[in-house]
Amino acid sequence: MSGRLWGALSFAVAAIVSAGAAAQDVVRVGMIAEMSGPFAETGRQMVNGAKAYQKVFGETVGGRKVELIVRDSTGPAPEVAKRLAQELLVNDKVDFLAGFGLTPNALAVAPLATETKKPMIVMNAATSVITQKSPYIARVSFTLAQVAAPLGTWAAKNGIGKVYTLVADYGPGIDAETAFKKTFIAGGGEIVGEVRTPLRNVEFAPYLQRIKDARPQAVFIFLPVGEQPVAFMKGFAERELDKAGIRVIATGDVTEDGQLEAMGETPLGVVTTHHYSAAHDSAQNRTFLKAFADVAGPDFKPNFMAVGAWDGMAAIYEAIRRNGSGPIDGDRVLAALKGLKIDSPRGPIMIDPETRDVVQTVYVRRVQKRGGRIYNVEFEQIPNVKDPGK
Amino acid sequence: MRSTFRWLEVAFWLVLVAGYVLWPGKLPLASQVLIAGLFALSYDLVLGYAGILSLGHAAYFGVGAYTAGLLAAHGWGEPISGLMVAGLVAALVGFVTSPLVVRGTDLTRLMITTGLGLLLFELANRLGTITGGVDGLQGVEMQPLLGALRFDIYGRTAYGYVLVVVFVLFLAARRLVRSPYGLSLRGIRANPGRMRAIGCRVDLHLAAIYTFAAAYAGVAGALLTQTTQFVGLDVLSFGRSAELLVMLIVGGAGLLYGGFIGAAVFMIAHHVLSSLDPVYWQFWLGVCLIAIVLVGRDGILGAGRRLLTLRRRRPVTVTAS
Repeated sequence: MSGRLWGALSFAVAAIVSAGAAAQDVVRVGMIAEMSGPFAETGRQMVNGAKAYQKVFGETVGGRKVELIVRDSTGPAPEVAKRLAQELLVNDKVDFLAGFGLTPNALAVAPLATETKKPMIVMNAATSVITQKSPYIARVSFTLAQVAAPLGTWAAKNGIGKVYTLVADYGPGIDAETAFKKTFIAGGGEIVGEVRTPLRNVEFAPYLQRIKDARPQAVFIFLPVGEQPVAFMKGFAERELDKAGIRVIATGDVTEDGQLEAMGETPLGVVTTHHYSAAHDSAQNRTFLKAFADVAGPDFKPNFMAVGAWDGMAAIYEAIRRNGSGPIDGDRVLAALKGLKIDSPRGPIMIDPETRDVVQTVYVRRVQKRGGRIYNVEFEQIPNVKDPGK
Repeated sequence: MRSTFRWLEVAFWLVLVAGYVLWPGKLPLASQVLIAGLFALSYDLVLGYAGILSLGHAAYFGVGAYTAGLLAAHGWGEPISGLMVAGLVAALVGFVTSPLVVRGTDLTRLMITTGLGLLLFELANRLGTITGGVDGLQGVEMQPLLGALRFDIYGRTAYGYVLVVVFVLFLAARRLVRSPYGLSLRGIRANPGRMRAIGCRVDLHLAAIYTFAAAYAGVAGALLTQTTQFVGLDVLSFGRSAELLVMLIVGGAGLLYGGFIGAAVFMIAHHVLSSLDPVYWQFWLGVCLIAIVLVGRDGILGAGRRLLTLRRRRPVTVTAS
């Protein structure tokens, strides 16, 4: 078996395979998402969000079929994410990389986007630095600093003078804490205590007692989506911090729409800032909610992650349209994405031409009952918020 | 018996060399399988030969991975010297921790190694300013291999590099386990009391192999860092240690090749199943693992061996080789 024979054989196979791929009528989107393990919810939200978009706007754009190829990164596993991206680029010949719920996975793939000049659409991962890691990255979701900073301003303006902060001890948590403190102190507020809790196996009781003893007017929290917000709110009620006159203010992750109903009535009255609420009143949002229910079933509640994927697909579709009929060209796509405006279910958003990060309205919301169900009801908005972390 | 195994050995490595052209699109996966195989080989030396049960072997893998990553992130991107330093640092950590591990019995060892693994994980998590914490270490950039071969996106350089390193280390391990020292290790596994009685310094022997295996694990970790140019906290995770145990048991412990076979089966099954069914693949992986272990109690290699010996109708004990 001479090397040349094998070379010829594998070349022939590759030629046959790529003959299909090279045809200009298919655009492939390689989506790397967390489909299993403790972060599986993120992946399911994203994939269904993207599918919902395709259901409404069709699978073809500009005469080309858009094919979604989903790969499971299994959780915070950068080497898996990187390998999947390599395979998507080399074997599946994808034109776009998309998805990314977790920061480490997005960071590990960033150099590949630069090397292959393929556009990479970050649909969720929310640490500020990501977009700076490759000129081919654009983000349509949000950053934690972006939603936490307006809350500091709002709290200082609305009679909250003393705040205790509690955040999960990792990149996004620290981003949220820093951004909140900065605007809150600038608005005249005072931080009476701060604590960072471990990312896993948290027992909130001792922290809650300490907060109660410090007698702040409010406690600012950021915790990753999942069990922790539920555990925190439960402990908060059990230790009667609410009766001690302490309020909860948080970023929207804590009261995200998917889990909100599971928390019962405890979070009623909690004020959060975020970029999307399922209760947002607009035609786009109604279309989104309906399509999502059609794709994922009525019991699976969409949240901001599904919206991130929906908007990511919107950006990809528009980029394909503007790319024209030739092969998908990374530089042309990025030029199209810079300054792109999307009428999102969350409201208008734009991709900043300079940072390729999302610019959007941040809403101040209160958890309220409406028609027997619990929602994040928006009552104030701050338009055109950029990521202050840059 | 011995000669057929030699032929199989030659065939095994030839297939890996041919892999370079046989599966051009799968080289990144193939590299990671080889790295996992090397890591499992390191664990095989500890568990399969010396009989030390450990659930914290990822500690040394992680130390190697972070050493290589930190070197590269701070400007020392030369791969081969980075690899050696990583191996030495991991060996040092292995040496320092070995007194804790070698004393005691299986259960205490399990506790201690698990504890060590968790400690190192939390340490890397806490030292976010150095390790990058949960976000992973930024800025790992490798220089071209031997000053000429760039690490390319197809993973060609990476595969060649990993294959050569793994092969060299494998030869050394093979030599080691067939030496008198390797035999004494097997003696210790079978009956430490009696080995002590015939004048063998059991603790020293075990500490030596533990240190040696730690160096191997460190090199495996460093290879992963260098070929992916990224390090995350997951290199130190408990899950990595547990998966390692599964790989070795699936492949067959105490046979040198068991780790490679187990790693290949585990990772390829993982890869194929998760492509077919991105949501419920873990279920199918579980089914496969249970089936494999039920069919061959001593792993795939052990089962294959029994088949071979059956055919030859020659009574050969399975554990000795």
